[in-house]
Amino acid sequence: MSAREEILARIRTAVAGARDDGPADAGIPRGYRAVRQVDDLVELFAERVRDYRAIVHVVPEDDLTAALARVAGGRRLVLPEGLPGGWAPGPGHADPYTADGVLTACAVAVAETGTIVLDHGPGQGTRAETLVPDHHVCVVRAAQIVGGVPEAVARLDPSRPLTWISGPSATSDIELNRVEGVHGPRTLEVVIAT
Amino acid sequence: MSATFLGMPGNFPKNAAEAVQNSQLRFNLRKATHTIRDKRAAVVGELPDWQELRAAGKAIKDHTLRHLDRYLLQLEEAVTRAGGTVHWARDAAEANRIVADLVKATGETEVVKVKSMATQEIGLNEALAKEGVTAYETDLAELIVQLGDDFPSHILVPAIHRNRSEIREIFLREMPDAPAGLSDDPAALAEAARLHLRERFLRSKVAISGANFMIAETGTLVVLESEGNGRMCLTLPRTLISVVGIEKLLPTWRDLEVFLQLLPRSSTGERMNPYTSMWTGSVEGQDFHLVLLDNGRTGVLADEVGRQALRCIRCSACLNVCPVYERAGGHAYGSVYPGPIGAILTPQLRGMSSDLDASLPFASSLCGACYDVCPVAIDIPEVLVDLRAKAPHGAAERAGMKAAGWVLNSERRLGAAQRLASRMRRFVPKRRLPGPLAAWTDTRDVPDIPEESFRDWWERNERA
Amino acid sequence: MRVALFVTCVNDTLFPGTGKAVVSLLRRLGCEVDFPAAQTCCGQMHVNTGYREEGVRLARRFTEVFAGYDAVVAPSGSCAAMVREQYPKLVRPGSRGAAAVAEVAPKVYELTEFLLDVLGVEDVGAYFPHRVTYHPTCHSLRGLRLGDRPARLLSRVRGLELVPLPGAEECCGFGGTFAVKNPAVSAAMGADKARGVLDTGAEVLCAADNSCLMHIGGTLNRQRSGVRIMHLAEILAATEESR
Repeated sequence: MSAREEILARIRTAVAGARDDGPADAGIPRGYRAVRQVDDLVELFAERVRDYRAIVHVVPEDDLTAALARVAGGRRLVLPEGLPGGWAPGPGHADPYTADGVLTACAVAVAETGTIVLDHGPGQGTRAETLVPDHHVCVVRAAQIVGGVPEAVARLDPSRPLTWISGPSATSDIELNRVEGVHGPRTLEVVIAT
Repeated sequence: MSATFLGMPGNFPKNAAEAVQNSQLRFNLRKATHTIRDKRAAVVGELPDWQELRAAGKAIKDHTLRHLDRYLLQLEEAVTRAGGTVHWARDAAEANRIVADLVKATGETEVVKVKSMATQEIGLNEALAKEGVTAYETDLAELIVQLGDDFPSHILVPAIHRNRSEIREIFLREMPDAPAGLSDDPAALAEAARLHLRERFLRSKVAISGANFMIAETGTLVVLESEGNGRMCLTLPRTLISVVGIEKLLPTWRDLEVFLQLLPRSSTGERMNPYTSMWTGSVEGQDFHLVLLDNGRTGVLADEVGRQALRCIRCSACLNVCPVYERAGGHAYGSVYPGPIGAILTPQLRGMSSDLDASLPFASSLCGACYDVCPVAIDIPEVLVDLRAKAPHGAAERAGMKAAGWVLNSERRLGAAQRLASRMRRFVPKRRLPGPLAAWTDTRDVPDIPEESFRDWWERNERA
Repeated sequence: MRVALFVTCVNDTLFPGTGKAVVSLLRRLGCEVDFPAAQTCCGQMHVNTGYREEGVRLARRFTEVFAGYDAVVAPSGSCAAMVREQYPKLVRPGSRGAAAVAEVAPKVYELTEFLLDVLGVEDVGAYFPHRVTYHPTCHSLRGLRLGDRPARLLSRVRGLELVPLPGAEECCGFGGTFAVKNPAVSAAMGADKARGVLDTGAEVLCAADNSCLMHIGGTLNRQRSGVRIMHLAEILAATEESR
């Protein structure tokens, strides 16, 4: 018997006496909140991202180009394919290994947890491009912010690679002291366009 | 190479008796567990629907386990469809064989690893070393443990037993590229690890990971981490091999809405961990292999009471609130799974034939703090008590407990025993009892034996 | 109301004063109290040490002895939790004695539950002019979820000054046979608990379980700390006249 067949057979024997609880979801109590009632999503999101010691700017959509130019401040940034017109603060730097940072859009953002999610679609770069550079500048549009995790999961496409980011890379492995910046970008800068 | 726990000598009481004398360890553990405990309580307290999330988490896992065969097949199909290859391993040896062959097929002799409990459980690093393949741990704590030729002592913070100066010494001794003037500042130590691993990440062609969750419906794997070493390993190498226990499954994509709230808050005490990676099959041209591991899990599944341990999502909240873990430390449990969850998981996965494994179900005062914080409501005390009934007991203890049972099964015999004790009360030493009860009087006085039991008092005063 | 006292084997043998206190307290509050003489032990020690057969035997015995009462009152959170929480799992539905368990177990009350939930009394007319700290034992706290019941009762005792115990919710390290099977860890936990008690400056440590008090008190005594241990029932039974 193959390992596959044997493991499946062991499972069937093991659960043979257990009550069949019917199809998926039939008996799952989902009494938790599916939607968050949040008065000001931008404010909550900004507060929660700052809690992770990330840098946050809230700017009107009309000022976005100017704001990104200020944030870039002459750094050599990777500018991924599909970045919306007008965002590029200058010529892009192609090689993430020698770049100073990377500028991306995002797929969705979660206010309650201060999380941005990349699905690495247009303007969001490859996974390596958003990881290797030491400085990640991410633009979040107000309409992309949802209240909580359930709303974010519902908006995402699982067939895409997804990267959930909550603050800069960190470790608490030494005496539970939080140190920001290990292998991922040491600085996370979030620009919220309202 | 860090050693493996298998076949470790001793037993829990003996190991713990040594550990409680280690003042440095006691200090490190107390500080660390209380810090995470408080962080967890704060972020769990923020969610008004925590109990509802917990109930959903429990129900989703129970449902999955009931239909594990069906969901594993669904997962296999989805991963395969997305360009991945699925392998099945009955036990540690088979899983290690599969991984070693996959690595050797690439022609590489070095692999980078993301922290994974499953690969520690099967002793993968040691197995690969025998095949001439060197596995490099990339999680900071795992790196500290590996460089120190040490055992992990906590599920989430494997080097919780080490303080900063010990870590500095390990780095200076074992890390050839450690800066000469390295200080014991955690930021400086983390920076040294960053530089040490940077080249390795860029050079490595093969990575090995575990996974926190696998989604049957979509074939998606999910890894939660903090440092970015996970993203490095999962993203940069050409070949990715993930070794995952079969119980890590969730039926639907939507189920993540529950577990992405339960796990980070229970584990690191954060609203969300810094990085979570999700991928389905082969991504960006990567060669992806999934090794599904049984290694005793189907045996646990067959136990009506014990199977709830398979709901575990390895958050380690139970370790951080456990008064026994806090004082004994992780090494006393002789397993990659220490603390309350280890005390019920290890004897079920490994059996109770060794002295150590047979002592684990007794490594608890049954205080119930673990059950209260468990995000999937594993009733750890219930499983402990059930395992105690299955564990071997010494002949003297058996005889004593049978005798006690005989006395307690008759009010006349109990009354006679009480009157005997009362007559002997002057001769009961307060500070040194004989036999196994000496364990009591080593640190505690014996209470005064009363002149008269309650039942005799009642008989004398009330029965008339 | 026919009220039975389940004194528990530990109290019966080692702490008869606690049983006497419950009798006097309940009578003062107008209850008729009976002590079924055939009672012995709830079986917790056997079950929790892995001797299920003996435990089941004692569980069946318990339900036979206490059948027919309106309420069974126990001055022990641990033993009350054993009967109410563990019996239904121990004596499986459908097996011999399961019906008796279903009948008797829900009528078993820990003392403070009985006073507040059944009798509805918060002020039991007690007088105890001392500085007291309260240790909420694990099975009272996390098994029965007694919550603030003991504190509510103690706060109405005249003369009593209740001081909070640091790290109150942490286990004292008794744990039944754990205390002798894992003596090093048990003692380490007991030492930390004793330190917490001393930090309060209390004269008296009180709890709803004498087994835990025996462990903490044994530790405090060994240190010649001078702190007295007392079961909650004995404080609630004390009056100005009884002094």
